[in-house]
Amino acid sequence: MTDRATIDAEGLNPGDPLPMLEGHVSHGRFERVLRAGHFAVSTEIAPPDSADPEEVLRRASLFDGYVDAINATDGSGANCHMSSLAVCAILTREGYSPVIQVSCRDRNRIAIQGDLLGASALGVCSVLCLSGDDVSVGDHPEAKPVFDFDSVSLLQTVRTLRDESRFLSGRQLDLPPRLFLGASINPFAPPRTARVDQFAKKVSAGAQFVQSQYCFDIDMARDFMARARDLGLTQDCYVLMGVGVLASAKTAKWLKGAIPGVHIPDHVIRRLEQAEKPKAEGRKIAVELMQQLAEIDGISGIHLMAYKQEEWVGEIVTQSGVLQGRKPWAPTRLSHIQPAKA
Amino acid sequence: MYRVRLWSVRRSRQMEWLYNTFNPLVVKLLRGVVKVFGTRLDKPITAVEAAAKGFFFDCKMCGDCALSRTGMSCPMNCPKTIRNGPCGGVRENGMCEVKPEMRCVWVAAWDGASRMQHGDAIKQVNFAVDHRLKGKSSWLKLAREELGDD
Ligand code: SF4
Repeated sequence: MTDRATIDAEGLNPGDPLPMLEGHVSHGRFERVLRAGHFAVSTEIAPPDSADPEEVLRRASLFDGYVDAINATDGSGANCHMSSLAVCAILTREGYSPVIQVSCRDRNRIAIQGDLLGASALGVCSVLCLSGDDVSVGDHPEAKPVFDFDSVSLLQTVRTLRDESRFLSGRQLDLPPRLFLGASINPFAPPRTARVDQFAKKVSAGAQFVQSQYCFDIDMARDFMARARDLGLTQDCYVLMGVGVLASAKTAKWLKGAIPGVHIPDHVIRRLEQAEKPKAEGRKIAVELMQQLAEIDGISGIHLMAYKQEEWVGEIVTQSGVLQGRKPWAPTRLSHIQPAKA
Repeated sequence: MYRVRLWSVRRSRQMEWLYNTFNPLVVKLLRGVVKVFGTRLDKPITAVEAAAKGFFFDCKMCGDCALSRTGMSCPMNCPKTIRNGPCGGVRENGMCEVKPEMRCVWVAAWDGASRMQHGDAIKQVNFAVDHRLKGKSSWLKLAREELGDD
C-alpha cells in the first residue's frame, strides 16, 4: 500500500495533504476529482450540538465511499452548533475532504482571514463563501449581525490571501492558504433573469466551483445552465447542483414556506401527497433529479443535502448511478468509530 | 421613506440622469467650499446630503455611495448590507427574506439597473465598505479626492 505511486496519489497518512498537481490551487481531493473530469458528489454534514469529536466522525462515516466532499455548515439557519472550522479539522485528521463554509454573519474581516489561514493549516482544502442567514431566523435572534463582508467580497478576500499572499491590509503572508474557492448560487429564486449575472459576478470574484440551493425544478435548471453556458461560465467554474431529499408533502410545504429561496413546484408536492410511502417517494424524486441533472451540459456534480436523512445518502447515490461505478475515497482507519445506525 | 425609495427605483433612468447631472455639480461646488472653509462646514453639508439622499433613497450614509451601480436602490437598506446581491433567500414574490414587508433591495436594484443608461455597472463587483466612512459625506469625500488629484 505504501509504494511511491500510492504515496504520491494519496499521501502517506489519510490526513496528509496530497501533493499539489499542475494547475491546481489546493492539495485537495475534491479539486482533483473535478479537474480530472469526474462527475462529483458532495454532501452536507450537520455539525453536532456537542463537544464530542467522535460524533462528527460518526456522522461523516455515513458518507464513506459515496461522496467526494463534505460541507461543514457554519451556523446554518443562524442556529448555534459546533463550528465549521472545528468539524473540518476533525475530518481532515481522518483524511476526509471537507469544505469549510464561511458565512459573513458572525465574523468580521479580521476573524475571517485568521480562520482561513487556520483552516488551510489544518488541512482544509476547499472553502464555500456565503453571505449567511440573518440572525433573526435563528435561535439567537438577539445577537448582533456582523456582515462586514458579503459573499462576493469574501471570495475576493480568499483570492487575495491565496494568490497575492497578503492580508487585505497588504501585510505579507509567509505561506498563503491553498484553498479551492467556492460559492453558492440560487437559480430558483427571484430575480430569475439576474441570477446568471449574479453567478458571473461570483466567478469574476474568484469562484472556482459553485453549489446551488435545492433544485426541484429541472426546467428552470436547464434554462439557467443554458444561459450560464452562453456566458462561458461553465468553462471557468464547476457547477454542483443542489438536490434535496423530501420526507413528506408536509416537509416540502414547510420548506417552501419557512425557508425563503426554496422553490418546490406543486407537481412535486402532489407526487408526495399521492405516494403510498412518501419517504421512499422523496428519495426516488432525489434519484431522478440527480439523473436528469447529470445529463445537463455544464453540470459537474451534485450537492446532495439530506438533512435528517443522511443514512440514505449512500443508497440514493448508488441508485442514481451518477458516479458511474467510481468509488470516492473513504478512510480505512475508522475501526474505532461505530457507524451510526442506518 | 420606503414609498419614495420604491418610486425612485421605478424612475431609475430619470434618477440616474438627475444624479449624474447634479452629483458632479455639487462636488465641484464643494471643492470650492472645502478650499475656503476647510472642514468647518462638514457638518451642515453632511446633514444636507443625508436629508436629500435620505428622502429619495433611504440613504444610510455609508460614506461610499454605490447608487449608480445598484440601480438607484441603496444596498445599505438590505438587512445584511449586501453590496453584491441578492442573497439566495429572496421570497417567491420578490420580498426580502428577513423583512417580508419590504421589497428585496436587490430585486429592486436589478430592476432599476435594467432601465438605466449605464445600468450594466451593477455587474461590477463591489468590495466591502470601509466602516470608517460611516456617517461621513460621500460628496465631501469625492470633492477632497478631486482636490487631491489636482
Ligand atoms: S432578500 Fe434581498 S434585501 Fe433581503 S437580505 Fe436578501 S438580498 Fe438583502
